[in-house]
Amino acid sequence: MAAHLSYGRVNLNILREAARKELREFLDKCAGSKAIVWDEYLTGPFGLIAQYSLLKEHEVEKMFTLKNGRLPSADVKNIIFFVRPRLELMDIIADNIFSEDKHHPARDFHILFVPRRSMLCEQRLKEQGVLGSFVNIDEYILDLIPFDGDLLSMEYESAFRECYLENDQTSLYHTAKGLMTLQALYGTIPQIFGKGDCARHVANMMLRMKREFAGTQNQILPVFDTLLLLDRNVDLLTPLATQLTYEGLIDEIYGINNGYVKLPPEKFAQKKQGEGSKDLPTEPKKLQLNSAEELYAEIRDKNFNAVGAALSKKAKIISAAFEERHNAKTVGEIKQFVSQLPHMQAARSSLANHTSVAELIKDITTSEAFFDNLTVEQEFMTGVDTDKVNTYIEDCVAQKDPLIKILRLVCMQSVCNNGLKQKVLDYYKREILQTYGYEHILTLSNLEKAGLLKPQTGSRNNYPTIRKTLKLWMEDANEQNPNDISYVYSGYAPLSIRLTQVLARPGWRSIEEVLKMLPGPHFEERQQLPSGLHKKRQQGENRTTLVFFLGGVTYAEIAALRFLSQMEDSGMEYIIATTKLINGTNWIKSLMDRPESQTP
Amino acid sequence: MQAFTIRPPPESVPQVSRGSRPAGLSSLRTDRPKSWCPVDLSSTSWTTRPALLWYDLGQVSRGTRVPHLSDPVLMCLQYPPGLSPQAGSIVSMSVSFSYKYLALFTDTGHLWTGLSSLQERLSEVDTKRTARPKQMLWCRRPRAQQPSVVLMWDRLLLVVGACNDTIQFPLEDESVLVAELDGVRIIGPSSQELLQEVPVVCQDIFKIASMAPGALLLEAHREYEKSSQKADEYLREIKEQNVLGDAVRQCVEAAAHEYDPDTQKALMRAASFGKCFLTEFSAEEFVTTCRELRVLNAVRERGVGMPLTHTQFKQMTLQVLIDRLVYRQLYPLAMEICRYLKIPDYQGVSRVLKHWASCKVQQKDLTDEAIARAVCAKVGDSPGVSYSDVAAKAYECGRTELAIKLLDFEARSGEQVPLLLKMKRSQLALSKAVESGDTDLVYTVVTYLKNEMNRGDFFMTLRNQPVALSLYRQFCKLQEPQTLKDLYNQDDDHQELGNFYVTASYREKRLEGRLSQLQGAVDEYNKAKNDFAAKATEDEMRLLRFQRKLDDEKGAGLLGLSLQATMEALMSLGLHKQAEQLYRDFRVPDKRFWWLKLKSLAEKEQWEELEKFSKSKKSPIGYLAFVEVCMKNNNRYEAKKYVSKVTPEQRVKAHLAVGDLEGAADAAIERRNEAEMAAVLSRCAASDRLVVDKLNRARASGAKK
Repeated sequence: MAAHLSYGRVNLNILREAARKELREFLDKCAGSKAIVWDEYLTGPFGLIAQYSLLKEHEVEKMFTLKNGRLPSADVKNIIFFVRPRLELMDIIADNIFSEDKHHPARDFHILFVPRRSMLCEQRLKEQGVLGSFVNIDEYILDLIPFDGDLLSMEYESAFRECYLENDQTSLYHTAKGLMTLQALYGTIPQIFGKGDCARHVANMMLRMKREFAGTQNQILPVFDTLLLLDRNVDLLTPLATQLTYEGLIDEIYGINNGYVKLPPEKFAQKKQGEGSKDLPTEPKKLQLNSAEELYAEIRDKNFNAVGAALSKKAKIISAAFEERHNAKTVGEIKQFVSQLPHMQAARSSLANHTSVAELIKDITTSEAFFDNLTVEQEFMTGVDTDKVNTYIEDCVAQKDPLIKILRLVCMQSVCNNGLKQKVLDYYKREILQTYGYEHILTLSNLEKAGLLKPQTGSRNNYPTIRKTLKLWMEDANEQNPNDISYVYSGYAPLSIRLTQVLARPGWRSIEEVLKMLPGPHFEERQQLPSGLHKKRQQGENRTTLVFFLGGVTYAEIAALRFLSQMEDSGMEYIIATTKLINGTNWIKSLMDRPESQTP
Repeated sequence: MQAFTIRPPPESVPQVSRGSRPAGLSSLRTDRPKSWCPVDLSSTSWTTRPALLWYDLGQVSRGTRVPHLSDPVLMCLQYPPGLSPQAGSIVSMSVSFSYKYLALFTDTGHLWTGLSSLQERLSEVDTKRTARPKQMLWCRRPRAQQPSVVLMWDRLLLVVGACNDTIQFPLEDESVLVAELDGVRIIGPSSQELLQEVPVVCQDIFKIASMAPGALLLEAHREYEKSSQKADEYLREIKEQNVLGDAVRQCVEAAAHEYDPDTQKALMRAASFGKCFLTEFSAEEFVTTCRELRVLNAVRERGVGMPLTHTQFKQMTLQVLIDRLVYRQLYPLAMEICRYLKIPDYQGVSRVLKHWASCKVQQKDLTDEAIARAVCAKVGDSPGVSYSDVAAKAYECGRTELAIKLLDFEARSGEQVPLLLKMKRSQLALSKAVESGDTDLVYTVVTYLKNEMNRGDFFMTLRNQPVALSLYRQFCKLQEPQTLKDLYNQDDDHQELGNFYVTASYREKRLEGRLSQLQGAVDEYNKAKNDFAAKATEDEMRLLRFQRKLDDEKGAGLLGLSLQATMEALMSLGLHKQAEQLYRDFRVPDKRFWWLKLKSLAEKEQWEELEKFSKSKKSPIGYLAFVEVCMKNNNRYEAKKYVSKVTPEQRVKAHLAVGDLEGAADAAIERRNEAEMAAVLSRCAASDRLVVDKLNRARASGAKK
């Protein structure tokens, strides 16, 4: 069921199994029937670790969503709260407990904090006078969740905001802890590189934790050769750009959540004869997206313009396979054909699904609006007229296009120009406030704090230098048969991935100047391996790098790294980890502040 | 000793197995038993298995131990099987180390031995001594061949075996007997001895004229040492019987049981010698025994004085041995043993060091400095030694300064914090919490500080710890907005104060309240030199006032809308004048206003107004927009009016928008624009042959040139 996690260079299923084991152990600690009360945010990530069947095997009979008031009735012995350590959630739990029916036979309460228990929260429960009601207070250390054979995410939504707006480094602490867990399972990572303040902080904590755990020497042969920690704010530009890979576009348009996407149902209607078109499904179509699906694994990272060809090629192969049946003459041949049927049918339905998805996306990518938007993005990225008010943005504001779209564009212009002239910046800000409402002054203030929007200071615009040195813009990006990572944005090569690429070869020393222009320190640390664990590399064996994006990573960046892994002469394979899988929209959204208005 | 109260359990009738003495049994008995002993303390079920035996008038009673020893319940009366009534009354009883066997001594000098379950008799011996022995103990070993009982009177030790034989030993001194796992220890005033059954394997080897494989091997080796060819004969003999493996094993096992190092060595050498002639023989047992003997010999040394037998050592495990050494403060020896046996640091050296350090900090005659240095020098960064545990010990002994010094060595900052708080070193605790990176820990200290300190000091403390301060701000944002304001005030963070007022303004239910909060924001933004924000806020206040006025006058429902939405609403209400007023007052860019007015008029289908508007001045948004908006509102007629006004660059597009292919073709041809011609062509259907031809001709001629 999670086999796709073990296909890759690093068997990430080990991590998932470890997480499942721990979950089972906790559930067995609460003997008897149980009901789980979920912090809703956790259900998605948990789904990647354990399905309901696992919970059911351990006598979980009911599941509720955490909310104020009395808990729904359930004839169970145990009530277990699965929550993040947040004060507001503690208040809800306290309310739940106070509302318990006094006449009912008492039930045992337990709390499972994810990913870590918190003294602050326990203190809060104590103040509320309910701490004593809990039989068990435990923590479920779930930092890095395996999403795919080469992808781990913490799904820590507010990580970027907390780090760069609120100076709250909780997410980094979890990151460091998560990396320690990873090292416990996959061996000490001998080399650590990093760029950015958060990266530095995480590396420091890791080294510190290693000292703390000194003695429990890790005797596992290291799986990872290198860890690269990258701050998102080193590369603010990439997430702002519209992703142009298949998976990236699905995420941009429909949003992928915990490996699932919800799509408009119309295109997925079962076409059966004799049935009218009246029974169109109204529920959104939910698709799981991961490399377990052969076809998806093949096309997810392609530039969308190459997806159509790939789909039709696949269609031909599948129908040819079905045609085989006519050639099957002997009983043996027929038997063999039949045995392959389930696989072929799965392939066919997968093809049908993705053809529908591609059609949905194509409707959008071929629209004028999409084209215009992309043109402006590319102008910015190539440095065309980034110092003037852009008429397209102006028009979009006048048309009242979604605010986030406007913010993405304005931020992009600011980043590509190393800040906007005060006059230009103020003009945009005024446009936004007048059109979308004054309350967004808080959001604008946040964007400025995060460095996404800024007035140009005396220093020169260094973006062109960065662009040229790192070859961020490739004129002749080949979308069909890419030879460079720039295909993921049809021309723009993500800065973060270029840094990764240069690190592997020829090394960061060659780009010292550019590194200095980017925010935060860059560094290298080495972790001593116990003797005897030094890898003896086979000739031609690839090295493995874990790239950790602090503050989020986009699907297009992931695609670019996968592309690098597959390049024959790269000699490097990449495993990707992040605090959160993001796209420009949900990223900007996480930085917005909306005061709740009490309309006077 | 308390008197026993014995009464039968209410539901069970006492059984008498022999010699019926029904009278008086059901009554409470208050007389004291002559002797008693526990039988099975290991039993988990107290209600079903007998736990105590006691004797009275020739009968042995079994009872259960209830939680209070003074109140056992009589279960039954039993007479020891095979004990003749003439034997007299029992004066002493003893249970074996394993609780399995029972020995009874009667006043006529008879010793009865049997199972403690009173199911079976082993033997009955007449000791010919009627005096009650001072001590009577079982002398057994696991899998003993000859279980025996040791009785002691003054100066005399009598060993009585199950085989009815007795051995007498005179005792020089007043002694005490202690029953042990595999023998009886005799402790005199100046020495101790162990009386035990010789282990079978030792008997086999050392018995006179023994032909056991081990004995032969030992002999073989002895001859070998003497360079005698007899060695080969012995060896051959063993090998012929195919028992060389057994011989080696016997020697190793016997060595383990021996006390004299020379004998041990002789046996081990013999084993080693025999081993040479064996292939595929695991040396593990041999090596382990060597190591264990070395440890045992070391602890048996006079200075240590732990005369453990190998069996006892195995039973109690190495862990316990180390613990005992640690409790006797024999740290160096304990560490030597740990290192020698390569015990993982966590269970070994580190554990010893931890105890050592905890003990060290209690030394009153040394200065804090000296102790800290000593501890650090020894412990270093040994894994598993928690400096904070040691520090906690120091603090317990009232040495706070020492505790702080020690805490400095602690690598896990998280561990330092609770103790530091306990010692009221909250500032230090805070910086350690910050160092650890664990934000929850920081929060914990901050909450603690908040309750401990007055507000001013608290704020000052936070000020020196930016990480803690920002975390506390986060906390306040959710929990205590008012405190948040004070924090910003303290830092003169006017920008954030401005934002704070803005947020607060949205919580106000009344307009006046909101305006006054916004005024606060304006003041702060001004102080922060954020002119833009100050101006924007003033604009918002102006807009709110305007909206309120119009709402009052016209019931327009504008309050809270953005400027753009307000203008839209005004236009849709036909209040163009007011909309224009806002446009001017708020310096709305022409472009946006034109778009707004264009869309609004088209939506309300005020085509005349629209035309007038289009002519009011040159459109800042061009005229293609007019064409498109009209089409969007399904008015091709109106749309066409504006096509001619569209700039040449966009004219093709405009023609296409209104569906005028011919016009589009003409425009494209006029501009000689290949791409545009292609665009028009792509829109042509089969019925548009004329246009297609025209375009193709133009393209052909264009190509010629």
